[in-house]
Amino acid sequence: MIIGDRKSLAEILDMIKDCRNILITGCKGCVTVCNVGGLKEVQVLASSLKIARKKEGRPITIEENLLERQCDPEYIAEVSDIIHNYDAVVSMACGVGPQFLSEAYPKQKFFPAINTKFFGGATAHGIWEERCAGCGSCVIHQYDGLCPISRCSKSLMNGPCGGSANGLCEISRDVVCIWDMIVKKKMEQGRLDDLLAVAPAKDWSTSRDGGPRKSIREELTQ
Amino acid sequence: MDTFEPQIVAFCCKYCAYAAADLAGSMRLAYPPNVKIVQLPCTGRVDIFHLLTAIEDGADGVYVAGCLEGECHFMKGNFRARKKVEYVKKTLAELGIEPERVEMYNLSSAMGPRFAEIAQEMTDRIKELGPSPVRTETV
Amino acid sequence: MNENKSGSNLENVLRAGHFAFTGECGPPKGANVGHLKEKIAFLKGNVDAVNITDNQTAVVRMSSWAASAISVQEGVEPNFQMVCRDRNRLAMMSDILGVYSLGARNMLCLSGDHQRFGNHPDAKNVYDIDSLQLIALAKKMRDEGKFLNGEAIDVAPKLFIGAACNPFADPFEFRVHRLAKKINAGADFVQTQCIYNMAKFRTFMKMAVDMGLTEKCFVLAGVTPLKSIGMAQYMAKQVPGMDVPAEVIDRLKGVGKGKAAEEGIKFAIEQIEEFKEMEGVAGVHLMAIEWEHKVAQIAEQAKMLPRPVV
Repeated sequence: MIIGDRKSLAEILDMIKDCRNILITGCKGCVTVCNVGGLKEVQVLASSLKIARKKEGRPITIEENLLERQCDPEYIAEVSDIIHNYDAVVSMACGVGPQFLSEAYPKQKFFPAINTKFFGGATAHGIWEERCAGCGSCVIHQYDGLCPISRCSKSLMNGPCGGSANGLCEISRDVVCIWDMIVKKKMEQGRLDDLLAVAPAKDWSTSRDGGPRKSIREELTQ
Repeated sequence: MDTFEPQIVAFCCKYCAYAAADLAGSMRLAYPPNVKIVQLPCTGRVDIFHLLTAIEDGADGVYVAGCLEGECHFMKGNFRARKKVEYVKKTLAELGIEPERVEMYNLSSAMGPRFAEIAQEMTDRIKELGPSPVRTETV
Repeated sequence: MNENKSGSNLENVLRAGHFAFTGECGPPKGANVGHLKEKIAFLKGNVDAVNITDNQTAVVRMSSWAASAISVQEGVEPNFQMVCRDRNRLAMMSDILGVYSLGARNMLCLSGDHQRFGNHPDAKNVYDIDSLQLIALAKKMRDEGKFLNGEAIDVAPKLFIGAACNPFADPFEFRVHRLAKKINAGADFVQTQCIYNMAKFRTFMKMAVDMGLTEKCFVLAGVTPLKSIGMAQYMAKQVPGMDVPAEVIDRLKGVGKGKAAEEGIKFAIEQIEEFKEMEGVAGVHLMAIEWEHKVAQIAEQAKMLPRPVV
C-alpha cells in the first residue's frame, strides 16, 4: 500500500493560517491502514489544530469527513454538496487525494496534510518499510523476491557495492543491505550462478523517468 | 494567580486508579476537588483524541492513571496508554504548550493514599504552570 | 590479455610485465588550477598514472574530466574516475567521449559513495546504470564502436578500462565473484580498496588466482598510508567496507607520540614489498590522501623508482 507520514502541525497551520472554517477529509484506503489519514487521525489533527488556534486567540471551525477513497471520482463526488462551505479543505489522503479533489472542485483550495513516501508494508506494528519503487517493469524474480531497485540505496542491479558491511548499507546502520540478503539467499539455495551474469542496463522508460504514466484496461473502459 | 483553580481531568482505570480513589474516600483522605475523574475499563481504552479533546475544551491538565506496569488486566493496556500520553506531550510541545500538562501514572487499587498524592501533585504542578493557554473563558 | 587496447602508459607498463604504480589526486574544491597543478607535480615521474577522483565521498569538486585534462597538459597520465551517482547514461557517454578527446586513456568505473556522506545530502542521485553496466558500456563504446543504444560512434574512445574492488566488504565469499563479473563486463584492470588486513587480502588473492581472474585482468593492490591513530580509528569504525585490524592500530599506538605517521609509511612500504611478491598482484595503487607530497618518498623507499618508460 501507499505509506505516508503526517506533516508537522506547524506546516499545516501555516497552510491554513488565513482560514476560519475548514474541512479535514480522510481516506479509508491505504492511509487508514497505515494509520496516518483515517478517521482517528482526522479527529486528532482537527483537535490539534483547534487547540493551536484557540491558543492564538483565533479559533477555527473544523468539520471532519472521511471518504471511502480519494482516488476515485465517484467517492470524490460525495462531498459536492458541502465542499464549498469552507475556506479550504485539508486532505489526509496520499498525494492523489488533494489532486483528485482539486480537479473535481477547481474553485476550492486543497491542502495536503500527508507527505506521501513509498509503496510498502508493515514489518511490525507501527513500522512500515519500502518494498516497491513502481519502476513499471518488475525484476524481483531475478533476485529471489528481493527488489534491489527499491531497496538498494543505489538501485544497483549488480550489487553489492563496496559499502556493504555486516549485512548493512553504507548509508546508515538502520538500513539493511538488500544485496547482502540477495547473495546469501542465492548461496543458501545453491543458485549463485544466477548472479554471475551481468544484468544489463535497465529500461527506465516504464518508470517515472518516462513521464507521467497511465494504465488503460480496454475491457473496462466505457 | 492565587485564585486560579485548575480544571484537571483524570482518566482512571476501574481496576486500579478508580478503585484507589474509592479507597482514598473510605480512608477519608482529602484530595483536591480540581480533579474530575473519568472511569475507563482499562487505560488502553483512552485515545489520543480523548486527551486532546480535554485540552481543546479547556482542561488545564490531563492525566491517565493505570495499573502498575505488568499488572494490567488486559496485559498491555497501560503501556499503550503511556505511548499515547507521550504522543500528546509531543503534540503540545509542537504547539508551544507545556507538555507537563499531560501525565501518565501507575498505581494499584490498594494505593488510596498514592491516589490522593497524585491528585495533589498534579494540581500543584498545574497551579504552578497557570491556566492553559487554550482556555478561553473561566469554566 | 596481450592485445593493447588503449596504448595508455599504464597499459603499456602492465603489458610489458612491470610492477605498476599508480597514484591518486582529488581535484580542488574550487577552480584553483594552481593548487591542482602543484598536487599533480608531486606525482610526476613517481607514478605510471594518477587517478583523478570524481566528487569523491560525494563532495563537490572540480569535475574529474577537467582535472584529467589538466593532468594531461601537465604531462601526467590521468586515470579518469567516473561514478554512477551523478550522471545518467547520456552524460556518461558524452563525458567519456569528451575526456578521451582531451587526451585521457584510462578510466575507472565506480558506483560512487551515496550522497548521504557528502556535502549535498539533499541531492537527487542518478544511478541510471551501475558500475558493472558502466564497465560494459565503456567496453562497448571502445570495442564495438557503439553507443548503448547500438548507434555507431564516429571515432570510438579507446580507453583502458578499470574497476574498483573491495575485498573487505561483505559478503566476503561473493567478493571474488563480483570481481569476476567486472572482468566479464570488460574491466582490464582493477584497483582495490585500501588494504590493511593483509591476511584477508592474501586469502582473497588466492581465490582470485585459483579462479584464473589474474590471467584476465591486472590487479593493483590499494595502499593508503595511515597518517595518525585517529585516522586509523576513524577508518576502522566509521567507513563501511573498510577493514583496519586492531593490531595495525596497536602498531601505530606502540611507537609513541608524534611517530605514528612515520610508522604508517613504514607499514605501507612493507605492504608494497609484500605485494611485489604476491601472486596475481600486478601493481600498487597508492592513495596518499592529501599527502601527495609524500608520494616521492614512499616510491623511493619502496624501491618503485625510477618508473619504467615503455
